[in-house]
Amino acid sequence: MAQYSSSRNIPHQRRGLTAIDAITALIVILLVIQIWLLSATLDTFLAGHTETALPGAIVSGVLCAACFAMYGFVRRVDRDSRHDR
Amino acid sequence: MPDPVTEQEPLWRDEFSISRANERYVSRRQLAKFLTLGSIGMFAGNLWILGKSWLRKAPVYHRSPVAQVGEIPVGGVKLFQYPKSGEQCIMIRTAEDSYVAYSQKCTHLSCAVFYSRENDRLECPCHQGYFSVKDGSVLQGPPTRPLPRVVLDRSGDQLIAVKMEPEV
Repeated sequence: MAQYSSSRNIPHQRRGLTAIDAITALIVILLVIQIWLLSATLDTFLAGHTETALPGAIVSGVLCAACFAMYGFVRRVDRDSRHDR
Repeated sequence: MPDPVTEQEPLWRDEFSISRANERYVSRRQLAKFLTLGSIGMFAGNLWILGKSWLRKAPVYHRSPVAQVGEIPVGGVKLFQYPKSGEQCIMIRTAEDSYVAYSQKCTHLSCAVFYSRENDRLECPCHQGYFSVKDGSVLQGPPTRPLPRVVLDRSGDQLIAVKMEPEV
């Protein structure tokens, strides 16, 4: 029997889309911070200061892990929302 | 159509949905994936800087005669290469008994800076970056870092380049 999406599932889908949009916006913010961090670290490195390289890499790694976690959340919400219909 | 063995929907159906609503989901998910890959790229960049800083060796400077005292007039300049050949530097006689020397490479995009006697500053012709003659600090323009200074030592009648500050 063919599967048709019912109208009662639309609010749930919209919630899923809104959650994905919000998480994507957060990932964008983290990415902008990482871009700034990379340029600042590179600038200080080229100025002859190497002491910022380690903290820069650690913070960038934490932000990257956060992006990964949020991407995993996006995948889960995406899968749940589409399989619920 | 489900796989008869695993009884699961094939992966391509999940990735390339024919439903219009699902298309919107896929594009958002792909954007999130792209941004996450960008994040990995930024992290890789930071790791590269970390590796470079760990592998960086302290440069060894040698003493190199640059000019004779009084060889250039007050306000005059002399170009020389230090610490290696091809590393162009500029020495300026700012007063009767005062000499300063800097790397000639602009810290913005490596254009050659020149000394402007009228304005008493080092100027980069490419993007109008100006540097102080006193200490090489940035006065104006896109550069964010000062010019590396060549430390000069006076030995008798000779001016000798000793090292660079900061080390390059």
